[in-house]
Amino acid sequence: MDLFLIVLKRDLKLAFRRWSELANPLLFFMIVTAMFPLALPPNTAQLQALGAGIPWIAALLSSLLALEALFRSDAEDGSMEQLLLSPAPLGSVVLAKVAAHWIVSGVPLLALVPAVALSFYLPVEALAVLVPALLLATPTISILVALGAALTVSLKSGASVIGLLVLPLCSPLLIFGARATDLAANGEATAGPLYLLASLAVLSVSLGPIAIAAALKVGLE
Amino acid sequence: MNHAVPVLVARNVDVRRGGRCVVRGLSFGLGGGGLALVVGPNGSGKTSLLRVLAGLAPCAGGEVTWNSVALARIPAEDRADIAYRGHLDGLKKELTVEENLAFWAALRRQRSGFDELLAALDLHGVAGRQVRFLSAGQRRRAALATLKVAPARLWLLDEPMTNLDSAGRTLVAGWVSEHLAQGGVAVVATHRPDELARPGATLVEL
Repeated sequence: MDLFLIVLKRDLKLAFRRWSELANPLLFFMIVTAMFPLALPPNTAQLQALGAGIPWIAALLSSLLALEALFRSDAEDGSMEQLLLSPAPLGSVVLAKVAAHWIVSGVPLLALVPAVALSFYLPVEALAVLVPALLLATPTISILVALGAALTVSLKSGASVIGLLVLPLCSPLLIFGARATDLAANGEATAGPLYLLASLAVLSVSLGPIAIAAALKVGLE
Repeated sequence: MNHAVPVLVARNVDVRRGGRCVVRGLSFGLGGGGLALVVGPNGSGKTSLLRVLAGLAPCAGGEVTWNSVALARIPAEDRADIAYRGHLDGLKKELTVEENLAFWAALRRQRSGFDELLAALDLHGVAGRQVRFLSAGQRRRAALATLKVAPARLWLLDEPMTNLDSAGRTLVAGWVSEHLAQGGVAVVATHRPDELARPGATLVEL
């Protein structure tokens, strides 16, 4: 556990030293979601109907941008081979890196969601579900994208390959997440899809690091 | 695992790089205080061999054991016993020299505080600077400093003298002597074996 915290602290420190890389995915999320209301007819009912899904797609794409290079800088400067050889179990190193990234990219994204909801005329009830649903779904998204990043760590640029690998795996999140938001907007019960998102989060956080560690070992051989 | 005398044994090792066998049937053994100098022209597989010895890549054939445990089976907590310094420095550019060393030490549960070490390496003046502002030689010095931060009994050094000035070379050669005198084991890939040669050193020619 203390090794987990050591890696987490180092990655948080690194993230704040290169904050422009941090800001890019967030700005991307803001701009993409802001483009939809501009491009669509200014019809409140139509925007509301789309507002349940579009933040999900934007969050998925922005995390693809954010995590694509998660392991690459460590692989290029030799830190990753030193981490592989260190006494820290690779699974917890991986989990710490993903957690650090989620803290600096996933959490600020949640803070932006209310502004996005406003631009789609989403009712407050829907927002009250959209934020916790994203809170439950973003760890799973981070783990899945990190798995793609680990598999493509030896490539120069992996974004498009990761997209092809990982986005289909994210469809359950999209289905349950958008559904929960939609149900809330119509004043219906949302516990079902939220529970499913939570169980996916538990599954991915507990098993994902093992798969990511194995992928990294192969990628750096 | 904590054998009194450390032993590194390579038996019939084949090393593959990019699908091609670059080293075939290599065998050697090193006991406490043993030094192996790996020499050979560019592309002969020195780095690939060291990566295999470090456990970063699997042997294509044969076996490497450290204290009679196969490399792949060494438990995570015992990996601190092996220090590998490759061509890449393993330093984060955005962290200062001191922060890099502190992270390295913390992962191996060693105390921080490197004043003496940094002074010996002539890095005292740049300890608080981010690594990206350092020269190549200073980076190499900072990378080699990790050898002293956490004690490891097996040193695997891939051309450690690269980018070092003559004072740096002397210092590193001194470190290797000291390490061997304390009963450590070292495998060093080098183009200048004379800098480290000593009676009893194993010469591995690729």
